[in-house]
Amino acid sequence: MSNTDPHIRLELRSNPIYLSGARGLVQSVARRLGFDDLECHKIALAVDEALCNVVRHGYERAEDRPIWLSLWPLGEPSVGSAEGIRIVIEDEAKQVNPDDMVGRELDDIRPGGLGVHIMREVMNSVEFAKRDGAGMRVEMTKTLPAAVTADSA
Amino acid sequence: MSELVSVNRLDDRDAMVVAPRGDVDMACSPELRVALRSALDKPVPRVVVSFEDVTYMDSSGLATLVEAMRGAKSANKALVLYGLNDKVRAIFEIARLHQFFTIAGTLDEAVATA
Repeated sequence: MSNTDPHIRLELRSNPIYLSGARGLVQSVARRLGFDDLECHKIALAVDEALCNVVRHGYERAEDRPIWLSLWPLGEPSVGSAEGIRIVIEDEAKQVNPDDMVGRELDDIRPGGLGVHIMREVMNSVEFAKRDGAGMRVEMTKTLPAAVTADSA
Repeated sequence: MSELVSVNRLDDRDAMVVAPRGDVDMACSPELRVALRSALDKPVPRVVVSFEDVTYMDSSGLATLVEAMRGAKSANKALVLYGLNDKVRAIFEIARLHQFFTIAGTLDEAVATA
């Protein structure tokens, strides 16, 4: 599954005005795969935070750089058969050590620094990696509650 | 007046009401920041932020509110949020900031709390 072409691949510019469009796409697909309304909202939030990190830190707010958003279903792409969603976000921004991508301590209340924490809190897995050549890649998965129950049974 | 954020004075309640609309994300948070600063600069003891028309907020919106709360505290003013739907409330809980802010259900409660 992980080596197949994405079921959806979106290329967008690093302009914050396109964040709502990316969120809408992710939210809509997650709903079709069987996530409830609140979970769809949270998955879109995690994607939003990942994109914001690219815009803010990776591209230092340059608005004309490329970002690729790819989606796959986990399992079969239909309600009742899907087991979750897999999302990959890639860019051509400066590379950083993936081990440095950690959220700040929540007790340290100050503006900013919450994006990675939110991503890890919402999704089942979040993995950062350097792309070959240039840029970063973050892969996130979210499993449907029923799939979690079935796996653990 | 901004299409994304309104700022109004409630003369009979001695409060400013800041009311963002729609999605408060990285594209719109700068406008909210300006509105909150403007409200906090007014000679009133309390500022309330209405979330009744907010459909979405991300961490840039949270950061803006944290900054405003710091400004309010240093100016010895009250800052109270009200009217959050479940989805917006969720991000406060994920970031564990729901206890950092004073959150009320209605405008009346917000003004009474402040």
